[in-house]
Amino acid sequence: MLNGVRNAAIARLSGRGINEMEPTMAVSLRESVQLVSDPRNLDASVEEVFHLMLGINCRRDASPAVQEPESVTAVVGFGGLLSGACVFKSGSSGAMKIAAYMTGMEFTEVDDTVKDGIGEICNMLAGAWKGKVPNLAANCGLSVPAVITGRDYNLHVQAPEFQLHHAYRFEDLSFAVTIVCDGLQ
Amino acid sequence: MAEIRALIVDDSTVMRKIVERALRQAGLDPLVVHEAGSGIEGLEVLRTKKVDLILSDINMPSMDGLEFLRQLRAQDLAPGVPVVMITTESSEEHVKQAILSGAQGYIRKPFTAEQVKERVLPLVHAA
Repeated sequence: MLNGVRNAAIARLSGRGINEMEPTMAVSLRESVQLVSDPRNLDASVEEVFHLMLGINCRRDASPAVQEPESVTAVVGFGGLLSGACVFKSGSSGAMKIAAYMTGMEFTEVDDTVKDGIGEICNMLAGAWKGKVPNLAANCGLSVPAVITGRDYNLHVQAPEFQLHHAYRFEDLSFAVTIVCDGLQ
Repeated sequence: MAEIRALIVDDSTVMRKIVERALRQAGLDPLVVHEAGSGIEGLEVLRTKKVDLILSDINMPSMDGLEFLRQLRAQDLAPGVPVVMITTESSEEHVKQAILSGAQGYIRKPFTAEQVKERVLPLVHAA
């Protein structure tokens, strides 16, 4: 799954001619790994997206996101100087509430509109997060979102370069956002 | 204000609705909205409909927003119609690519209705 979205992001970036965009210097993120993995960037990105697009304030929660029997997970792959993925996971009630804020509609089930909205939230989180580091913003592509729904599943990544996993809470609902980096150039 | 006909190109139906709502909040009323889920669909709409404003995402499957922009300029499908890119891609290089491809404006997601108003209304009034 993660390989698929990451490869899609790499293909997307290649299609835009990244070498033409940075023709005179070899860009590397190796020396700025601390900046790239700064957990505050993820918190700021989540707050920004939820405040601007949904008009709600969410806060970082020290305890893990509440597990619901049915959940919705969106994945957006990174490709280029950084490879990996941004993963957004919420219980179905949280996903429906977020989609309701986005659209002004009420939802009683996780339908295509809810999945679409959660995919777009993940897309904006990925974009906002990589935008915090200039070299990353210009040299890392995003895949289109993939959305998974169902019960009792886990995403597992073997030996990532680094991983940020934060839980957030708004109203009485919670969700988790994970940045997985499995390669840095 | 005269009726404004807008084409919104985004693979997300939710984002298309959000952009439409932001346009109405910006004061574009009466507003007629045509929607397309990809660059290819956007070109098809422009072959049959006249529009006054185009707003397009960049990251889309099958034909992305920059290729859509190049194609519509190359095929002269919407001469003089302002195009605003609305996208998560925010670097200077991406903005430069969009402008070089023929966009007049650029809005980064996430955005506010006020930002849409600031970037879009001057283009509509100037067109």
